[in-house]
Amino acid sequence: MSDTENRMTIICWSGDLDRVWPQYILATTGASYGMQVTLFCTFWGLFPLKRPEVKITGDNWMTKMLGVANNERLSHLNFGGMGPMMMRTIAGRHNVAPPEELRDIALELGVKLAPCQMTMDLMGLTRDDLIDGIEEPLGAAAAMANMQRSSINLFI
Amino acid sequence: MTDVSKTLDASGLACPMPIVRTRQAIDRLDVGQVLEVISTDRGSLQDIPAWAETIGHKLLDKRETSGRYTFLIEKAVG
Repeated sequence: MSDTENRMTIICWSGDLDRVWPQYILATTGASYGMQVTLFCTFWGLFPLKRPEVKITGDNWMTKMLGVANNERLSHLNFGGMGPMMMRTIAGRHNVAPPEELRDIALELGVKLAPCQMTMDLMGLTRDDLIDGIEEPLGAAAAMANMQRSSINLFI
Repeated sequence: MTDVSKTLDASGLACPMPIVRTRQAIDRLDVGQVLEVISTDRGSLQDIPAWAETIGHKLLDKRETSGRYTFLIEKAVG
């Protein structure tokens, strides 16, 4: 495979559990194909890269409102926050690895997790608020440079 | 009888882990060596052949016995 064919970029826009899961399932699968995989984590998709103890607090009422995204949710059947817990329980019964484990495996396989700098600014997050092992923050242009060299580009 | 160099028991693992573990196991073999993969994930029936064919490895055998799927993959590319 050529260099271009062997790259995959996923724009991770959502932090919903039922989207984060496929983000990491496809990332680890791509890496298993020997692909150079990059996840560009932007908007709500940045939240899974936060250290668990870091909460969005905000410094005015508008940024404080973003704190609702601190709670895990599903895109469908959220049931006021019960949905994610139910889905995790059901997935566990089917031996499906939780997203956190898949994320660690992705990093182990060399998947690049790139946080969006602009989102970090909006949410009031610094590099220290994010987990270890990820790439330096970047912007749309750097993300697109990756996409131009990728045979598979996804927006999830 | 094929000479199996290594057996990977991926029983109990769900998508995408059988493929991830298969990749990691085959990375540790030399070209020409054979990896045996055992999986209980029904998706593996399609996933492992698709993966092997795309990468260029040879799928020598694919068997199903009471919910267990066994694959023999010859590492064909480095």
